Amino acid sequence: MYNLIGAGLIVIGAGIGLGQIGGKAMEGIARQPEATGKIQTAMIIIAALLEGLAFGALFLGK
Amino acid sequence: MIYFCTEFRKRIFTMKIAQKTIKFLLIAAITLFTSASFASGSDKKHDNQNDGGRVNTKEEVEAYILHHIKDSHDFSLFSYTNDDNERVHIGAPLPVILWTSEGLVTFMSSEFHHNDDGHVIVEKNGLKFAKVHSKIYELDNGASSINFDETHHPTNAHKVLDFSITKSVVGILLIGLLLLFWFSRLAKQYTTKKIPTGFARVLEPLVIYVRDEIARPNIGDKHYRRFTGYLLTVFFFIWVLNLVGLTPLGFNVTGQLAVTGCLAIFTLIIYTVSGNKDYWMHMIWMPGVPVLIRPVLAIIELAGALLIKPFSLLVRLFANISAGHIVVMSLIAIMFTLKESLGVVGATGLSLVLSFFITLIEVLVAFLQAYIFTMLSALFIGMAVAEHEHH
Repeated sequence: MYNLIGAGLIVIGAGIGLGQIGGKAMEGIARQPEATGKIQTAMIIIAALLEGLAFGALFLGK
Repeated sequence: MIYFCTEFRKRIFTMKIAQKTIKFLLIAAITLFTSASFASGSDKKHDNQNDGGRVNTKEEVEAYILHHIKDSHDFSLFSYTNDDNERVHIGAPLPVILWTSEGLVTFMSSEFHHNDDGHVIVEKNGLKFAKVHSKIYELDNGASSINFDETHHPTNAHKVLDFSITKSVVGILLIGLLLLFWFSRLAKQYTTKKIPTGFARVLEPLVIYVRDEIARPNIGDKHYRRFTGYLLTVFFFIWVLNLVGLTPLGFNVTGQLAVTGCLAIFTLIIYTVSGNKDYWMHMIWMPGVPVLIRPVLAIIELAGALLIKPFSLLVRLFANISAGHIVVMSLIAIMFTLKESLGVVGATGLSLVLSFFITLIEVLVAFLQAYIFTMLSALFIGMAVAEHEHH
C-alpha cells in the first residue's frame, strides 16, 4: 500500500520534471528554431537522467 | 522534352518509393496485428490444470505476465488443450546445463514437461532436479519430492549454478549472429563498390548517424574513432533486441537485469580504463576548490562514476523495456478482464485499439532507449577522455 503511494509521488515528481524539461525546450526552440537539434539532444539527455532517477526510485521501492 | 523526361522519371521514382512505403507500412501493420492476436492466443490458452487452461481472472493474467517478463528454460510460442484434454505446447526445448555438487549435468528442458512448480523431478547422474518459478533446484540427498515453507521457498533443495541456454541466451546468440552477418556484409561491400546495395543501404545511414550524431559530438574529434565500434555494437544490439521483444516470439532480453547490467558494466570498464590523467585528477583531487572540500567531492565523484552512472544505465533500460512489455500485455488482457462488463466484441475491440497504439509507441521507445544508452555511454566516455586546457 505505502509503496503504491510512493510510486504515485515518484510519478508526480517525474511528471513535473519532464513537463519542465519539455516546456522549456519548446520555448527555447520557439525562440531559436535554428538551435532545434542541439536543444533536442540536450533535452533527451536530461530527460533520460531524470527517468533514470525515477526508475531507480520505483525499482528500490518495489 | 528533356525536362519532361526527367520530371516523368522523377515521378515514377517517387511513385516507386511511395509504393514501397505503402508495402512496408502494410507489412508492419500485419506484423503488429498478428503479434497482438498471437500474444492473446497464448494468453487465453495459458497452462492451468484447474479450468482447462483458460486465463480469465486478474491473478492468472498477472501470473502470466510475470512469467513472460522472466527468463525461461524453454522456447514456447503458445500452448492449447486438444480434444483429448491434453496440453499441447508449441515451441522448442532448450538445453539445460548445470554445475552441481557432482559436476556438470546436461539435459533438455523438455524433461520438465513444462512444469514450473517443482512437481516434476528429473533424475540425472544420481541427482534429482526440480524447476520452481523458472529456477532449477537440486534436491538434497534422500529427498524424493520438493517441500516448501510458508513463503514458498524450497526447504529441502538448493540452487545450482545454471549455465543453461535459456530463451534470452538464444535471443542474444541469434541477434549476435544476425548483426555479424549484416555488418560483415556491409563492411565487405566497401572493398568492391562505393555505395552499398541491398539491405546494407538501410544500415549505412544508421551507422553514420551513430558516428556523426552520437560518437563525434560527445567524445570529441580526436578520440571518437576508438569508441565508435563499441557504441555501434551496443546501439544495434539493444535496438534489434528491443524490436525482437515486440514480436510474438516472446523474447524479453533487454528487459533482463543480467543483460542490461552486463552492458552497463562494459561501459563502466571502457570509461574507467580509458580515463586520462585529467579525469582521475578531477575525480580524486579536484583542482580549484578549497582543500577541505576536496575529499568530500572525491567521495561524491567516485560514487557517481563507479556506481550511479552504471546503475542508472542498467535500471533505465531494464525498467523501460519491462514496463513496456507489462503495459502491452495488460492492455491485451483487457480482452479477458473486461469481458463481462463490455461484452466480447467491445472488450476485444478496446484491447485491440489500445494495444495497437501502445505497440506503435513501443517501437519508438525501442529506438529511443537504444539511442539513450548509446548517447549516455558516449557522454561518459567523452568525460573520461576530454582534454582540459591548463591555466
